[in-house]
Amino acid sequence: MKKAMTIVAAAALALASASPAFAEIKRLEITAPAAAGGGYDQNARIMQQVLQKEGLASGVQVVNQPGAGGTIGLANYVNNKKRTPTLLTGGLALVGAIITNKSTVTFEDTYPLARLSADYQPIVVAADSPYKTLEDLIAKFKADPGSVSWGGSGPGSTDHMLYGLLAKAAGVEPSKINYVVLTSGGEMLSGVMGGHVTVGTGGYSELSAQINAGKVRALAISSPERLPGVDVPTFKEKGYDVNLVNWRAVFAPKDLKAEEKQELEQAIDKMVKSEDWKAAVKQRGWSDVYMPAAEFAAFVKQEHVRAETLFKELGLLK
Amino acid sequence: MMETLQLLFQGFTVSLAPINLLWAAVGVTIGTAIGVLPGIGPSLTVALLLPVTSALEPTAAFIMFGGIYYGAMYGGSTTSILLNTPGESGAIVTAIDGHAMARKGRGAQALATAAIGSFVAGTIATLAMTFVAPAMVSFALLFGPAEYFGLMVLAFVTVTAVLGENLALGMASLMLGLTLGLVGIDNQTGAARLTFGIPELLDGIDVVIVAVGLFAIGEALYQASRYRHEKEEIYALKGSLWMSREDWSRSWKPWLRGTAIGYPIGSLPAGGSEIPTFLSYVVEKRLAKKPEEFGHGAIEAVAGPEAANNASAAGVLTPLLALGLPTSATAAIMLAAFQQYGLQPGPLLFENDPQLVWGMIASLYIGNVFLLLLNLPMAGIWVKLLLVPKPWLYGGILAFATLGAYSLNNNIVDLVLLWLIGIGGFGMRLLNVPVAPCIVGIILGPMAEQHFRRALAISQGDLSVFYNPMTHPLAVSLLVIAAAFLLVPVVLRLRRA
Repeated sequence: MKKAMTIVAAAALALASASPAFAEIKRLEITAPAAAGGGYDQNARIMQQVLQKEGLASGVQVVNQPGAGGTIGLANYVNNKKRTPTLLTGGLALVGAIITNKSTVTFEDTYPLARLSADYQPIVVAADSPYKTLEDLIAKFKADPGSVSWGGSGPGSTDHMLYGLLAKAAGVEPSKINYVVLTSGGEMLSGVMGGHVTVGTGGYSELSAQINAGKVRALAISSPERLPGVDVPTFKEKGYDVNLVNWRAVFAPKDLKAEEKQELEQAIDKMVKSEDWKAAVKQRGWSDVYMPAAEFAAFVKQEHVRAETLFKELGLLK
Repeated sequence: MMETLQLLFQGFTVSLAPINLLWAAVGVTIGTAIGVLPGIGPSLTVALLLPVTSALEPTAAFIMFGGIYYGAMYGGSTTSILLNTPGESGAIVTAIDGHAMARKGRGAQALATAAIGSFVAGTIATLAMTFVAPAMVSFALLFGPAEYFGLMVLAFVTVTAVLGENLALGMASLMLGLTLGLVGIDNQTGAARLTFGIPELLDGIDVVIVAVGLFAIGEALYQASRYRHEKEEIYALKGSLWMSREDWSRSWKPWLRGTAIGYPIGSLPAGGSEIPTFLSYVVEKRLAKKPEEFGHGAIEAVAGPEAANNASAAGVLTPLLALGLPTSATAAIMLAAFQQYGLQPGPLLFENDPQLVWGMIASLYIGNVFLLLLNLPMAGIWVKLLLVPKPWLYGGILAFATLGAYSLNNNIVDLVLLWLIGIGGFGMRLLNVPVAPCIVGIILGPMAEQHFRRALAISQGDLSVFYNPMTHPLAVSLLVIAAAFLLVPVVLRLRRA
């Protein structure tokens, strides 16, 4: 009897010490399907920092694999299985690239783990532009669609999607948009500020400095409600049903065991609730749009369908 | 002006603090090292260091980042000159005559004129950034697609300086470059061109892959094929290691002209570092007393483009600091770094964080001095590399080039491309086809096309954007200068004959 008690006590003790609040994920590798510096890379690197600091994971490495809008990184992530745990960052822009590049691998081949952060997109014009309000701009656009040039970062980018949604809401055929590709954020801003293109866009975090300094004028922003502390009307307010979240998220391999998935979900859940994560997201001017795995998979599917329909209307897909 | 001097002086008191001096030294050393390694650029390095530096004070971190950025520009020329392996696209032009100098046993002089030229250019351009940044930014904003197209056409004149003796072969090489430049997604329509269903080709072929393939791999294969037939010539070290009086007198003007070309173009949002190096090369060839030496180791052809490359690096920082416009990969990552510290880079940065901005600018001056002290004595040590027996040296170059090509995108397809292009480069060398026009084509072709089509999209097909001096005076002037560059030598020759 006494012996049995000892065993039970020892077992309880062993259990207690073996299962602390959370088992640390060891040697986690996060693939950012983009070059250093972009949104996917920054999300991966903030995850790396916070996961390690919170003791949720150890030995976390970030691997950059740029190319073809992120589809190269995605394809490698899905096709090259590793024994150690791996994660992939991605988002709406990658959904667009999957469609326009006709990628054979899609997010269906991954396990969508969680939506993390978002950039809402304002549209901006030069400070001395004749278009003072969204109404001014749309009036001109309706009267002579070709005369308004819209600068964006690539065919099928979130910029292109935003313009497409706006054209639809304004009753102009999206394929009439005079879309001008400007490849970097610097080119975009200088193109708008120098008056070379009529309209520009980008993440609010990239444009806020110029908006606040009065170098460009924001006519409307794609968020569902006004962002706290940002004096820019939403498209909704102005009567245009344009809702675009440039979301960034994290994905896991599709064929994980249920308990492995759960473990990752818990780690991400703890991560996004930590003070450090919240501070990092705020510092970069992003919005916290955390959506756990349960809802997120359906959301990714919806976004894929929405983008595909839009690209057909924009004339990008046949 | 007085106020600027005062602020700069305050900046120096910040950056001369011993701990900040230490960070500047760490930065330039890391920068030089990554500049030497092809494939690893300053943007990736800063990204890797960002999490580590979050514990540092922002001023110290930015002093280090600035050092890394400038250091990488210095380091890039070293492998170009010694190994014919440009580490980044701004150092491609340096390889043409720099490596030719190294093969004549003048590697040390080539490295020295590159280092001193980089110092001169870096310092003058940093001065320019200190005093004329706002004016420079207003100038940069004048450039739209039509103006960029004019600039690209002007840069295309460079081709005439590198075509070689046989016009047909030179043009063939240029066409090959233009064709390689077509590969990838067409930005205006999203259509894939010449990608043969290979997703890795959608972004086009990296210029560094082409340059390293044609220069380094092609050269190594050629040397291997000749090895048994020719007796070994030893490259390194003929005579003094130092620049002679003649070297100095042939270098100082190209340094200054390179700076004058590099800084303004570097500060253009789509200017980049390649175009100023091209323009500097063609300008030096036109002004040289012995233009026939170009392509065979003319010191001006190293001094000018290297100065232009470094001046353009300071140019890139101008719109970043003055307006918060990131115009290169490194500028973009620095912008992210500002945000990590909760700083708002942009027009208000100078007002809100003068200590940081001026501390960083002051540290760029100091970084330039450090880099000169680091690189000049190193030149004598680096050239010893050329004493390594050829089979080992070229074996090393092949390994080094392959490693660098892989680390660009962590991509196997890049390796296959590198070797295919390398074998092509070997063939070109056998047939005496110059490789430089091919490089000019692949860099300028896609840029010229994009800007041309953007300009026409904005004007809705109205071609007058390229010839109407009332609406686009700058674009028209650039095109006229380009035409003059091409026609004036022809007219002069006709008159002489």
